Amino acid sequence: MRQRKRGDISRVPGLFSMNINGMRELFNSGNSVEETIHSTFDKIERSKLNAFITLSKEIALEEARILDKNGAKGMLGGIPIGIKDSISTKGIQTTCGSKILEGYVPPYDAHVIERLKLEGAIIIGKTNMDEFAMGTSTETSYFGPTRNPWDLKRVPGGSSGGSAAAVAGGEAPIALGSDTGGSVRCPASFCGVVGLKPTYGLVSRYGLIAYANSLEQIGPFARNVKDVALLLDVIAGYDSKDSTSINEKCEYLKALRYDVSDVKIGVPKEYFGEGIDEDVEKAVWKGIKTLEDMGASYTEISLKHTKYSLAAYYIIAMSEASSNLARFDGLRYGLRLEKDKDWHNTFSEIKAQGFGEEVKRRILLGTYALSAGYYGKYYLKALKVRTLIKRDFESALKDTSVLITPTMPFPAFKIGEKIGDPLALYLADVNTVPINLAGVPSISVPCGFSGKLPIGMQIIGRHFDEATVLRTAYAFEQGGGCDT
Amino acid sequence: MKDVIIGLEIHIQLNKLRSKLFCSCSTKYHDSEPDTHTCPVCLGLPGTLPVINRKAVDSAIKVALALNCEIEEWTMFYRKNYYYPDLVKGFQISQYDYPIAIDGKINIEIEDVEREIRIKRVHMEEDPGRLIHVGTIDRSRYSLIDYNRSGMALLEVVTEPDLRTPKEARIFLNKLKNILEYLDVFDSSLEGSLRSDANISLAGGARAEIKNISSYKGVEKALLFEIVRQNNLVRRGVKVVQETRHFDEARGVTISLRTKEGEEDYRYFPEQDLVPFTILDRVDDIKKTLPELPDAKRKRFVLKYGISDNHAKVLISELGLANFFEIVATELDAKLSATWIADVLKGELNYRDLDISAFSPDHIIQILQMLEKDKITENGAVQIIRTIMDEGGKPSEIVDRKGLLKIETDASENIVLLVLEENPAAVQDYLGGKEESLHYLMGQVMKKTRGRADPNTVSELLKKKLGC
Repeated sequence: MRQRKRGDISRVPGLFSMNINGMRELFNSGNSVEETIHSTFDKIERSKLNAFITLSKEIALEEARILDKNGAKGMLGGIPIGIKDSISTKGIQTTCGSKILEGYVPPYDAHVIERLKLEGAIIIGKTNMDEFAMGTSTETSYFGPTRNPWDLKRVPGGSSGGSAAAVAGGEAPIALGSDTGGSVRCPASFCGVVGLKPTYGLVSRYGLIAYANSLEQIGPFARNVKDVALLLDVIAGYDSKDSTSINEKCEYLKALRYDVSDVKIGVPKEYFGEGIDEDVEKAVWKGIKTLEDMGASYTEISLKHTKYSLAAYYIIAMSEASSNLARFDGLRYGLRLEKDKDWHNTFSEIKAQGFGEEVKRRILLGTYALSAGYYGKYYLKALKVRTLIKRDFESALKDTSVLITPTMPFPAFKIGEKIGDPLALYLADVNTVPINLAGVPSISVPCGFSGKLPIGMQIIGRHFDEATVLRTAYAFEQGGGCDT
Repeated sequence: MKDVIIGLEIHIQLNKLRSKLFCSCSTKYHDSEPDTHTCPVCLGLPGTLPVINRKAVDSAIKVALALNCEIEEWTMFYRKNYYYPDLVKGFQISQYDYPIAIDGKINIEIEDVEREIRIKRVHMEEDPGRLIHVGTIDRSRYSLIDYNRSGMALLEVVTEPDLRTPKEARIFLNKLKNILEYLDVFDSSLEGSLRSDANISLAGGARAEIKNISSYKGVEKALLFEIVRQNNLVRRGVKVVQETRHFDEARGVTISLRTKEGEEDYRYFPEQDLVPFTILDRVDDIKKTLPELPDAKRKRFVLKYGISDNHAKVLISELGLANFFEIVATELDAKLSATWIADVLKGELNYRDLDISAFSPDHIIQILQMLEKDKITENGAVQIIRTIMDEGGKPSEIVDRKGLLKIETDASENIVLLVLEENPAAVQDYLGGKEESLHYLMGQVMKKTRGRADPNTVSELLKKKLGC
């Protein structure tokens, strides 16, 4: 019986490229959620992408059966979703891409997971990521690199590489990532999908395993702007468990219009500087012109303090990381030694065995930056730079409604190409980290190709003005922006 | 003695709050199994975030006001980074710059001289879990951890180095505890409710910090030990080094934990998961809830009831005792009440290690009324009090059962005559000029009346019968 139905479903044309609406119509017309989820797992299990660290097949199928019985209600009723492994899921292993958390099963759900469950979404698994979100390529994962669906020899970007690859590769229509310095937008750009980093405070961080807590936000991935807006509608909003959460939510899906006649675009020249690939520059400018053709206006502007943002970002992120990652001592959860030693030797050895190279590098640098005698020189100074960068954005966005830049300076690079040169990898974040320092929202939408590799265009907005960011991205997408 | 300089850091657990500092876990864990009062937040599980308990902030402001501090306009939290098995996150959420309050003072009384002890700052932080060492800290083979305490709200009160002797430190702590009890923010009877670190240096020498002394008396003992230890070092020509020491309460000694070189760098930096918040706007409301504090009560007792300052001092030393006194003093003569409560009742309670709640004010009122009406002697009153404490019962019933009704003068006269008849030798001695014999004869009368006769009456009767 099940076999027959399953056959039916997988013959539905375009099942694995379907958007939320398409899938919901499928369920409304009597198709089985359970069989859809089955087909999805079949596809993932055959996949070469390594987009998932953990599959929650049993739980997902059980949920699906309940929805089939009671009707797939909710904004995301029956829709499969991949969750970045930095987000806590009750009863499903959550490793953050690290050996130190292998086997850790959280006893609680992150706020966003509670929201997703309320709306009927089905969590199919935990997606691969750079260890503790520290990376731009998903190569630092303890569970092996994820591959880019457009070219299996290339990285999907990072750190939310698993989520972006899953969405691009048809393994999930939507996914959640987290973005500390570009970790949603970079893989969205490399994998040719849409990814949004919301304003700091719009989405609750409760349950997100912290890398740099003053910078990061959970953000949605989808294959189109509409689904990103819908997913944001579900996860955004005030949460009393997150003291930095702010009640500034709008209705994002309803804000989408095919109209940018009132949109004033600012184009910051610093973001088109040295190291930007020619194809990328061309594609983004073409995107800006497309929007202009649709009625938007643009001016070239300057964000003066851009050149300090990478330094400030890495000092702040590493400092916070050195403290955030201190709790992993193997005492209460996660990696254990075969034989306990005294306290100092036990926790030292747990960290030595459990953390990878990049994580150790950032903890050491962050510890150094916070040390007595260096705090003022590094951390405090970085905070001051951060304030200047934030002001840059606030003043630029007074006269403009959005800023447009390339998301990444170049398209996806080859696996192994840059991993030996940490500094080169840090430089790849040059266009994404200032946005986290400023706390403003930013989306990456596909805007063209370099050869067969997708290019992403970054649209940045005012604090809590996701509506305009999404509307601009939507109009661009509807205006055929991605065609080359 | 050389100049001794002592400063204290006192950690007060706000255990009267219903929930912990950053989560909604109950604070009533003291009689529970380990790890039963925990949640993902106070266990520091990955991804959890702190949310400030506003009631805890109010309590902190209340204490700061009572310690005459300046309340800051706004406050914020910092992370204090260090590794310890009882610390679930690898850092403690504490305060650094911009604490709740600064610059306060408490007056203490040293041998009837008032001294002002300055309070440097008052700040909030979370309590770590509790380590239980098998045996002593330096010899333990393994340790157990109970995370019930993890995340409890602590208030840290830091004094300026204004204390000069271990005794002063004890008096200061008692005064602080007294104030805190009046404020109803903590229950001092619970384990670990008040823990102190003591800094001490001799004659400008290096400073030793004695960590985590968990009892009031322990502070005085640890400091006394430290003075002897440091004096011995100086006498032998050994330099006193700056170090952190642990007080072994059982052995009454301090042991070195680490020297200055081994001091940790706590890498304080702002806790970004909590936002800075205004507190000054709470001050007026909280001021209105401040109760009468011990010093004010003591003054009022002297003025309103006309009792001695010494009695007032004893009565205000515990809020329960002060309230007890006021109940009794509205029914009876205030001075009589003060004398009996402060001198007799308090003494009998102390002797039995009992609290004032063990005695009913009605009972003392009944006893003192009988005394005022001359129905019982003072001795009889003391016997009733002791009987109630030891065996229970009501005053009137005890008077009947033990036959404590005072003997009338007529009856006393007969007994006096009998005693004089039975003790001719003593009578002769007395008449011969031996004054002490009168005491002997008194004793004999009291013995025969089992203390029920009034001593003054007996004395007068004896003198009269002996013809002087």
